[in-house]
Amino acid sequence: MNIVVCVKQVPDTESPRKLKSEDNTLDRGAADGVINELDEYAIEEALLIKEAHGGEVTVLTMGPDKATDSIRKALAMGADKAVHVVDDALVGSDALGTSYAIQQVLGRTGFDLVILGSESTDARTGVLAAMLAERLGVPQLSLANKVEIDGSSIKIQRITDYGYDKVESTLPAVISVVEKINEPRYPSFKGIMAAKKKPVETLGVADAGIDAAQVGLAGAASEVVDFAEAPPRDKGQIVTDEGDGGVKIADFLASKKFV
Amino acid sequence: MAEVLVLVDHVDGEVKKVALELLTLARRLGEPSAVWVGPGSEGAKGKLAEYGAAKVYVAADEELTAYVVAPKVELLAQLVADKAPAGVLVAATGEGKEIAGRLAVKLDSGVLTDVVDVADGFVGEHSIFGGGVIAHARVKRGTPIVAVRPNSVAPEIAPAAGAEEQVSVTLSDAAKTAKVVEKVVQEKGERPDLTEAAIVVSGGRGVGNAENFKLIEGLADTLGAAVGASRAATDAGWYPHQFQVGQTGKTVSPQLYIAVGISGAIQHRAGMQTSKTIIAINKDSEAPIFELVDFGVVGDLFQVAPQLTEEITKRK
Repeated sequence: MNIVVCVKQVPDTESPRKLKSEDNTLDRGAADGVINELDEYAIEEALLIKEAHGGEVTVLTMGPDKATDSIRKALAMGADKAVHVVDDALVGSDALGTSYAIQQVLGRTGFDLVILGSESTDARTGVLAAMLAERLGVPQLSLANKVEIDGSSIKIQRITDYGYDKVESTLPAVISVVEKINEPRYPSFKGIMAAKKKPVETLGVADAGIDAAQVGLAGAASEVVDFAEAPPRDKGQIVTDEGDGGVKIADFLASKKFV
Repeated sequence: MAEVLVLVDHVDGEVKKVALELLTLARRLGEPSAVWVGPGSEGAKGKLAEYGAAKVYVAADEELTAYVVAPKVELLAQLVADKAPAGVLVAATGEGKEIAGRLAVKLDSGVLTDVVDVADGFVGEHSIFGGGVIAHARVKRGTPIVAVRPNSVAPEIAPAAGAEEQVSVTLSDAAKTAKVVEKVVQEKGERPDLTEAAIVVSGGRGVGNAENFKLIEGLADTLGAAVGASRAATDAGWYPHQFQVGQTGKTVSPQLYIAVGISGAIQHRAGMQTSKTIIAINKDSEAPIFELVDFGVVGDLFQVAPQLTEEITKRK
């Protein structure tokens, strides 16, 4: 089974995240880059599927040179190889452009399964799996908290507001997973050493057959027009409980007409 | 005035509050047309009209809900082609965002997801990086498609005609690949939906175990609130995962948010920071949650929360 996991390097949520005033895009230099946490569940699920059904796991990322850190982590966890799409022409791509670029690369790698995390912790659009399924014309098995494969048929549990849907399709398919699905493994020392020898293919826009006019800031169908720090919340009232903490909250709620 | 298509979120014919919020927003942008997919529109049409739907497009064919999102996208794409609306609004739920994304690809149109407000010209306001930054974005190409976070605006009544028009679409084979074979509804009792609720009471690590979550539920029930949980609490198995509020869980934006035994790590703040009024109970006076609160009590939640529950009950 040819499994491709889409991985994004994002600014660490624990460090200050910023936009750049020149072009309103993410300032990737401002914060430490880490692998998008939700993508670790996608990698883990890919490895579990490979362990059960055989095949090969390819990590696919689009991002600056520094994204190699995230690739190395995925390889150290157990992925077999990686494709890194890096080109200045890609800077500022919106979700539409990103999904187009990834579609082009998937045309080169081929796939039985494409697996993504349910969203990235920076842009949080939550649209990429759906966009890829649409572009590729294959089944969308998204927001999965359980995946079962039997030959060329696949079943998932898709989480919903009311519980979950049981969804079935045939392969090839695009899957996105939620964090409840598994517990991502930590790379072992052996895994870290092995990762150094695993192949990483680096592609520019032209190598990947990506039309530069459809990506980057110029190709984007949406744009950030302005941004500002959120106004600080008014300093709230904080009291220490002296046996009447609950009463004081009730008084506050009454003053705000909640009770 | 150009139409604005509003995809109505409903569960078996019961209109979700977010649909009324979207109709309210749509009136700023043009003339709202509700789009109803699936059975049950008869009982809901009146409500959609009451909140400003000049038209209600009804696509009752059950085939449209038998597959994962793609059929709804093909229906919306056809409506966009036929009606040339000024834009399309959907709820920024998991499914709503996916519909917005696929529709954007189909129409080669720009899409804004998880906005907290929409101004004239479909300029969307985003609250990003855990609520620390407010950004405005607009669509440069095609028909604007915007997914709006539930509870971002208050629904307003503005009666309109609600003229029904039956619509249908012939689905492509590609739209019929991911088949929904069973819908499983999990227990949630009488409490409101987490993402829709006006009041949310959440418990965290300080709650200590699953049994103690009864305390959180009791407080929530006296306020008619939904129950949420921090990731620490759901990871520990004290409360079901679908109630997790945070960066990797649900984003909520209620009128009132009460955080009980939650320290307020960025993971949690990202999911609740746009709540209108925030209250916290925590024994650690240094907990970051206190930076956000309108009112906070430094104290033992096992003393403070039951007293609060009792006090609210007494005053009702």
